[in-house]
Amino acid sequence: MMREQVAQTLASNMAPTLLALRGVGKVFSNGVTALSDVDLTIREGDFLSLLGPSGCGKSTALRLIAGLSTPTSGVLDWRGGGSLDRANIGFVFQEPTLLPWASVFDNVWLPLRLKGISRAKAAPAITEMLARVHLTGFEDAVPRELSGGMKMRVSIARAMVTKPRVLLMDEPFAALDEITRFKLNNDLLELWQDERFTVVFVTHSVFESVFLSNRVVVMAARPGRVFDELAIEASYPRDEAFRTSPDYAALCRQASDVLVNAINSTAGSHHDGH
Amino acid sequence: MTVIDGTLKLDPEEARRVRQERLERIGRWVLPLAIMVLAIWLWDRICVWNEIPQYILPRPGVVLTTLYNDAGLLFSALLVTLRITFLSLLLAVVGGVGLAVLFAQSKWVEMSFFPFAIVLQVTPIVAIFPLINIYVDNQTTKLLLCAWIVAFFPILSNTTLGLNSVDRNLRDLFKLNGATRWQQLRYLRLPAAMPYFLGGLKIAGGLSLIGAVVAEFVAGATGQSSGLASRIIEAGYRLNAPRLFAALFLISLTGILIFLVLSLISHLILRRWHESALKQER
Repeated sequence: MMREQVAQTLASNMAPTLLALRGVGKVFSNGVTALSDVDLTIREGDFLSLLGPSGCGKSTALRLIAGLSTPTSGVLDWRGGGSLDRANIGFVFQEPTLLPWASVFDNVWLPLRLKGISRAKAAPAITEMLARVHLTGFEDAVPRELSGGMKMRVSIARAMVTKPRVLLMDEPFAALDEITRFKLNNDLLELWQDERFTVVFVTHSVFESVFLSNRVVVMAARPGRVFDELAIEASYPRDEAFRTSPDYAALCRQASDVLVNAINSTAGSHHDGH
Repeated sequence: MTVIDGTLKLDPEEARRVRQERLERIGRWVLPLAIMVLAIWLWDRICVWNEIPQYILPRPGVVLTTLYNDAGLLFSALLVTLRITFLSLLLAVVGGVGLAVLFAQSKWVEMSFFPFAIVLQVTPIVAIFPLINIYVDNQTTKLLLCAWIVAFFPILSNTTLGLNSVDRNLRDLFKLNGATRWQQLRYLRLPAAMPYFLGGLKIAGGLSLIGAVVAEFVAGATGQSSGLASRIIEAGYRLNAPRLFAALFLISLTGILIFLVLSLISHLILRRWHESALKQER
C-alpha cells in the first residue's frame, strides 16, 4: 500500500508539464487587480484544485486558462509553447448552463454539433457519455425536468463528450446539497481515473478539494495570488472509506490551516470590516 | 391528513382550497359570458324601451339577421381584409426578424438604424398614407405597406431584445467550442429569442388587422377598395346601421381569432421549456 502510494506520487511529480503560468496578472478595465504575479505549473494528469475565499481570482485564473480572457501581464505556456487547441478543453460552469429548449441528448451533442458532426454520427459517443454519468434513460428529458444534480451531470457529459485533455471546472457543485455533491465527487473521480485527463477544479470547499485532488493550490485575495500549495498524498481510488478516515481528517485540517492563513494575510494588510 | 378506508380525507383547509380553485376555473368562463349575455339583453331592451329607430341603433337580433342575409357581401369583404392582414403579418415577421438579426450582428448597426424603425413606428399611419398614395400605384401594395409599417415594429423590437438576452455562460460555451457566428445565431440566439419573438407576434397579429382596416379606410376614401372597412364606410353613408354593426362584429371576431391562434402556436412551441408556458404545481 505504502509503496504504491509513493510510486503514484512520484509519477505525478514526474509527469510532463501541460501548462505553466508565469508571472500571470489580470487587471480589469475598472482598475481592480484580479490576479497578481501567479506562477503555477499544471502537469499532465493532475487533479488540481484552486482553493480560496471569494475574490481571490480563482475563477479569473480558470477563465484565463480557458482562453475566455487574456492576461494583462505574464504568459500562459502550453507544453512549452503555443496555445492549446480549444478542442482540448472542456469547461463546466458554476450553473449547469444547458440549452433549456434542447433535450439532454441534444445538449450533450452540442459541442460535437458545433464541430459539424451529425446527430447520427455523434450518437454512440453521446450514449456512452450519458451512461458514464448515469443518465441513461433521460436522453429525451429537457433540463427543467431534471434535478440540480442531474443537470450538473449533463453539463459534465457535455464537457467530456469531446474527450478533452483538460477539464476546467468552476465551483461546479457549489449549489448542490451535500449528498448529491458527494455522489458527484465520487463519479467525477471515477471518470478521471479511467480517462486520466487533467482537471483544474475551482472550489471554496476545503473538504471537496482535499477529497478530489492530488494538489491543492491555496489562493489569497486582494490582490488575487497563489498563497501556498499542498500535495495530497493519498492514493486513489478514494471512496467513502477515505472520506471517513483519520488521514482525510488530518489533511483537511492541514488545508484548512493554510486557508485560514491565506485569509488572514489579506485581512492583516487591508483592514477588513469597517 | 388521515386515511380512512383507503380514501384520502382532506382537512378542511385543503378542501376549501380545492373548492375555491374549482370555482375559479368555472368562473373564468361563466362570468364573462354572463356579463356578455346581460349586456346584449340590455342593449335589446334599451332599443325597445326607447323606441330607437333601426338606422341609429339596431337591435342585436337585427344585426344577426343582417349578418346572415348579407353574408355573401360581408364575407367576401372579410376575405379581402384577411388577405391583406395575413400577407402583412407574414411580411412583418420576415422583415422584423430579418432586421433584428441584422441588428444583432453588431451594436453599431443597431445604433445606426434602430431610430429609423422608431420614427416609422411613432408616425401615425394615417398621416403617412397620402405619401404612399402618391408613390405607390398598386392598391394591394399600398394596403400591404401600411399594415406592414404598423405590424413590424413589435416583432423587430421584441426579437432584438431576445437576441441580445442570451445567458453569458452559454455564450462563453459556444466561444469555447469554436462556434462560428452563424452557429451561434442558429443554435443559441434564435432559439433564445423565440419566447420574445412570439410575444411580439401576438401583438403584431392584432396590429396587422388594425393596419389593414385603417389602410382600407384611408384608401377607401379614394374609392377603390372592397375590404370590410369600405363596406363599413359605405354602410355609414347609407345609414345602414345593422350592416355596420355586422361588419364591426366580424372584425372583432377576426381579431380575437387571430389572437387565440397565435397564443396557441406560442403555447405549443414553448410548452416544454419556457417558464411562461409551464403550469404551476400547487
